[in-house]
Amino acid sequence: MRLSTPNIQLNEKGKLRHFLTLEGLKHHHLTEILDVAESFIDPLTGEINKLDTLHGKAIMNLFFEPSTRTLTTFEIAEKRLSADVVNLNIETSSTKKGETLLDTLWNLEAMLADMFVVRHSESGAAHFIAKHVAPHVHVVNAGDGQHAHPTQAMLDVFTIRKHKGDIFDLKVAIIGDVQHSRVVRSQIQALSILEAREIRVIGPKTLLPSHPEALGIHVYDNVEEGLEGVDVVINVRLQNERMKSALLPSEKEFFNLYGLTKERLAYAKPDAIVMHPGPINRGVEIDSEVADGEQSVILEQVTYGIAVRMAVMSIIFRNSQELQEEKRQALLDLNMMETSE
Amino acid sequence: MRLMVENIRILDPQQDIDQVTNLYVARGRILGIGKEAPEGFEADRIINGTGKWLFPGLVDLQARLAEPGSHYEGTIASETKAAVSGGITTICCPPDTMPVNDSQAVTELIQRRARQAATAFVLPIGAITKELGGQYLSNMAALKNAGCIALSQANSPIQNSLTLKNAMAYAASNDILLMLRSENKNLKNNGVAHSGVVSSRLGLTEIPASAETAALARDLILVEETGVRAHFSLISTARSVEMIADAKKHGLPVTCDVAAHQLHLTEYDVMDFDSLFHVTPPLRSHDDKAALRIGLKMGVIDAIVSDHTPLDRDDKLLPFGESAPGISSLETLLALTLKLVEEDVLDLNQALAKVTNHPANIIGLHHGSLETGNSADFCIFDPETHWTLERKEMISKGDNSPFQGWEFRGQIEATYFQGRPVYQNNPV
Repeated sequence: MRLSTPNIQLNEKGKLRHFLTLEGLKHHHLTEILDVAESFIDPLTGEINKLDTLHGKAIMNLFFEPSTRTLTTFEIAEKRLSADVVNLNIETSSTKKGETLLDTLWNLEAMLADMFVVRHSESGAAHFIAKHVAPHVHVVNAGDGQHAHPTQAMLDVFTIRKHKGDIFDLKVAIIGDVQHSRVVRSQIQALSILEAREIRVIGPKTLLPSHPEALGIHVYDNVEEGLEGVDVVINVRLQNERMKSALLPSEKEFFNLYGLTKERLAYAKPDAIVMHPGPINRGVEIDSEVADGEQSVILEQVTYGIAVRMAVMSIIFRNSQELQEEKRQALLDLNMMETSE
Repeated sequence: MRLMVENIRILDPQQDIDQVTNLYVARGRILGIGKEAPEGFEADRIINGTGKWLFPGLVDLQARLAEPGSHYEGTIASETKAAVSGGITTICCPPDTMPVNDSQAVTELIQRRARQAATAFVLPIGAITKELGGQYLSNMAALKNAGCIALSQANSPIQNSLTLKNAMAYAASNDILLMLRSENKNLKNNGVAHSGVVSSRLGLTEIPASAETAALARDLILVEETGVRAHFSLISTARSVEMIADAKKHGLPVTCDVAAHQLHLTEYDVMDFDSLFHVTPPLRSHDDKAALRIGLKMGVIDAIVSDHTPLDRDDKLLPFGESAPGISSLETLLALTLKLVEEDVLDLNQALAKVTNHPANIIGLHHGSLETGNSADFCIFDPETHWTLERKEMISKGDNSPFQGWEFRGQIEATYFQGRPVYQNNPV
C-alpha cells in the first residue's frame, strides 16, 4: 500500500528540484521558503528589490488555462530575479493544432528553457511534465486542476506568519468550496506541515471532499460554530459554474448560509485575520465590509505572493547549482586520487 | 497429429480432475485422460510433462482485440498471439470496435480475421444498440445468428431505463445473453478516479461507488421484470457483490465477473498520477478489493476477465485525467489469477475455474474443459519458473500495463489450440 506520492520533486539530497505540491514536503522545506521570502522584503519600506540571482536563466510560463493574477505575479517575481521570461498561452496555440503536450514541452526544452512554470486544468499535469523534462529543467506548479497550487498556499502561510508570528497552535477556518479548490488542498497541506492546531472547513457537503478525513480536517456545516474562536479565516472564491452544476441553489442562498459577514466574523477571535486568495466575489462569499475591513489582509497576500514565488524559484536554482558543484568536486577528487596513484 | 502428454499434473475444474497422468489428443480434439491410452491410440509425438501442469486453455469473457480499428493499438493477429502466450484460447471481444460491431458484416469480418490468424477462438459480442448509442436497438437476433455469443454495450451503458428494459425484454424473447456494465453516467460525472481518500487528496474528479451501484440496482430490477439472462461485467464495489449475491439468492438468472487488476490494485496506486493505472471502472478502495476477493471465494463472482485494452503509447502519455483508460492485460490474466492462490484467496481449482469452465458455462460453450471430444485447447505450465513482466517483452501491441516489474511465479511453457502448439516459451 502506497500512502504517499514518490517525491519526484526532491533531488538526491532531499532538496527541492521541482515545486509541484506540498504533500510529502517537510517542515524545513516550508520554513526555508518562508525565510528566504522574508529576506527579499525590505524591512523598512516593505518593497522587494531587484536581484540578479537568475541572470541568464530562461523561465517559460506555460499556461494551459487562462490566468491573469498568477501569471502576472510569477512574471514579476521572475523579472525581479533577472531571469529571461517567456509567456506562452498554450490554450490558443500548439496543442490546439494537434501537437501533443510532450511535443510542445520538448520543443520548448530545445529552446533552452531552464524552468517551466505550469498551469493546467488537469490534476497531476505538473507531475506529468516534471516526469518528462530533461534533468536540468525544473518545474513549478502554478495550479493543476483541483490538485495543488503550492505557491499560493505558501504565500497564505507567509501572510499568516507575518501577522501571527508562527503557524503552530493556530486555529484556522476555511469557508467555501473545498472540493473543487486546488488552493485549499495546498493550504490544508501547508497548515498541516507547519503544525497548525486545528484546520476547519466550513461549507455544504456538495462543496466538501468525499473523504475529509484524508485531509486531516474538521468539517462544519454551521458557519458560526466553525468560526468560533479561530485565529485565521480563509475565504475561498465561489465559482459560477457551481450553481450551473446543481451544487448550490443560488449565490444568494450561499451568501445567506455561508457568506462571511461582520456578524459572523465576530465569532472568531477578536484579532483574527481574514484572507482570500482572490479574485473576490463581493456579496457572494464575502461581504465588502469584511473584505475591506481592518481584519482583512487580502491585498498583503498579493504583494507577498511575489516574494514567495521569488523564494521558491531561487531555492530551486540554488539547490541545482549546489548539487552540480558537489558532483564536480567529487569528480575532481576522484581524478586527484587517480593521478596520485 | 496424435499427441500424448505424459506424466503431467492435469487440472480440469469442470471434471474435478487434479492428478498426475497422461493426456491424449487426436485430430485436434481431446481423446482422453488417464494412465491407459485409448484403444488403438499410437502417438506421433510424446511430450514428457514431469514436474509440469496441464490445464484447459483460458476463456476470457472480455478482451479488446482492437480490430476493426486503427491498427495502431493492435490487430486480431497480434492480440491473439498475446492471448495464447498467456494461456488464453477463447476470447470474447466486446463490440466497441471501429466501426462498432452492431451488424452482421462486422461480426463476420471479426470471425474471418480470427480464422486467418488461427491462433485462438475469437467470439464476438454484438452491440445492444446501434453504434452503442443507447437509443435504437441493433438487429439483436441477426447478430446472435451471425455468431455473437452475447450482446453488450461495452463501456457505454444504456442510460435510458425504458430503452434498456425493451432491450432486455427483446433479448429474453430471443434467448440472448446480455453482458451489462452498470454505470450511471450522471453520477460518474466525467470522473476519472474512485471517490475516496486518494481523490480527496489529489483533487482528481471523483467517480462514486454509487455510479455503479445505483445503476446495478436499476438493472437488477429490470432483469427481474423481464427475465433476461444477464451477465454483469467488471463489477468493482463491495456493494455490487452484495447486490449480486442477493439477486442470485432470489433466483435471478444473473452471473458476474471482475477484472483481474481490480483484485490486486486499489485507489492508492494512482497516488503518483501514473496514467497506466487509469481504468474504467476506476481502481477502488481496499475494502472493495477485499469484498471482491471474498465474492470470488464465495462464488458470487463467477469469472475473472482481463478487460484487455491495448492502447497506443500516446494515449497514455498524457496527464492522468486526459489519458485513455485501460490496461493491456491478456498476458497477465493467468498470472494475476494464480497470484490469488499464492495469497490464499482461492485454491488452485477455484482459481482455474474462474478463468476456464465458469466463463465458458456463462456463454453456454464447452470451452475451458478437457472433456473428451472437446477442442484440444490446453496449456502446459511450469509452476517453478519465476518471471518478471517487462514492457519490451510484451507481445500485445499495447504495452500499457501497470504490472511491469511485477514478479510472478509459474509460467506458460506452451499453449495448444485445436491440438497444435500456438505458443512456446523459449522454443528449442
